Amino acid sequence: MHWDVVYNNLDYFLWGAFPKGPLGGLAMSIVLALLGIFGAFWIGLAAGLMRLSRNGFVRWPATVYIEVVRGTPLLMLIFWFYFLAPILFGHTLPAAESALTSFIVFTGAYVAEIVRAGVLSLPRGQMEAARGSGLSHVQAMSHVILPQSLRNMIPSFVNQFVSLTKDTSLAYIIGVDELMRNATQVNNRTYNAPTEIFITVAVLYFIVCFALTSFSRRLEKHIMRYQARNR
Amino acid sequence: MAMIEIRSLNKWFGDFQVLKNVNQSVEKGEVLVICGPSGSGKSTFIRCINRLEDFQQGAIQLEGKDIKSPEMNVNTLRTEIGIVFQQFNLYPHLTVLKNVTLAPIKVKKVRREEAETTALQLLDRVGIHDQALKYPAELSGGQQQRVAIARALAMRPKVMLFDEPTSALDPEMINEVLNVMKDLARDGMTMLCVTHEMGFAREVADRIIFMDGGEILEEAPPSEFFKNPRHERTRAFLKEIL
Repeated sequence: MHWDVVYNNLDYFLWGAFPKGPLGGLAMSIVLALLGIFGAFWIGLAAGLMRLSRNGFVRWPATVYIEVVRGTPLLMLIFWFYFLAPILFGHTLPAAESALTSFIVFTGAYVAEIVRAGVLSLPRGQMEAARGSGLSHVQAMSHVILPQSLRNMIPSFVNQFVSLTKDTSLAYIIGVDELMRNATQVNNRTYNAPTEIFITVAVLYFIVCFALTSFSRRLEKHIMRYQARNR
Repeated sequence: MAMIEIRSLNKWFGDFQVLKNVNQSVEKGEVLVICGPSGSGKSTFIRCINRLEDFQQGAIQLEGKDIKSPEMNVNTLRTEIGIVFQQFNLYPHLTVLKNVTLAPIKVKKVRREEAETTALQLLDRVGIHDQALKYPAELSGGQQQRVAIARALAMRPKVMLFDEPTSALDPEMINEVLNVMKDLARDGMTMLCVTHEMGFAREVADRIIFMDGGEILEEAPPSEFFKNPRHERTRAFLKEIL
């Protein structure tokens, strides 16, 4: 076994050439996932609420976006944005930005469905009570419905975050310096320790994802107390 | 002028007619009890009054103003007509106090301190002492329903609608809610109550109406309603529940 290869390149796996060079490795994967989930949250919130609208002109674009993205592989979206960017902006977008855009667009569609399900899962009486006391639809949404449904959404949301963390490895294909690509580079350079290298990669992804899911489970227990029981 | 005037109200759910030519006039301070078998349209009827349900034909007036007229904003209408639901529908993520102050602060733009003072007085009135900072899930069903009444009263409504307020309660909690309602009635609140609590109806109702199949079949003061109901359906219903 050649664990020394892993040992000698561990810092490269963890944060790439940083601080002398660009950020890479697991740190880059996490940054991509964090920015991705942040962007996806806002897009998903907007699209999810739009899809719940009774107005067809509002609902329709959101439905198309969600259904198209959900019916498309992420890898294809990554390619698509990478090759579309020069046409749209007149110059190539750096690979990381291009990949991030794909992550946001892709995850946004799933978050939208989480938002929609979260809102629909609340008892109808909540909206009726809010509207019945004179709150407008927007006020009822922002003070009564969303605070509850966003809280109920947290587990699904973390789930989506875990998926995205793993999916950032796909950015490898367009040359983004993240964990998967850095590991492949080291493997190509040394080619005597593929097993050790990829076991290390697996363990690193696992640690991050496992930490997230454990956190989510604890959060879930905590929030259960405030769920509406009157269905 | 009547507080609420309902004229030839007709409503359909698709092809099914839920309300058939309902006419009613409720005076200020009057307590109207609506009873009838389930599916008779009584909940739908009172929910039309604050426009939680839409209706296709007829008119409803609040103090002479048509509730569907363009000048009548639906949110303003609802601040004047409080509603209490069978399932309480308290906001589980907010404390009791915030449940009561939310609408006054957001809709009526009352200052927070003022809204809280009023809320505490109302909570006191419905017998929820020292529970203002608890969450709804920490209260019993009867307590939750009394908070829901306080929440509706916080908007200083002219009319209160009760949609089977005690039907989801354990028997030993029914009276604490009914007592609050009796109190309200004595204070001169105009009330429309859908309920099966015939003891309550006998004691505080000015009039009782019996609905079946979307129609009002019987309408009488309590004494007459219980002593000699005219309609055969009413007799059968009363025999079932008394």
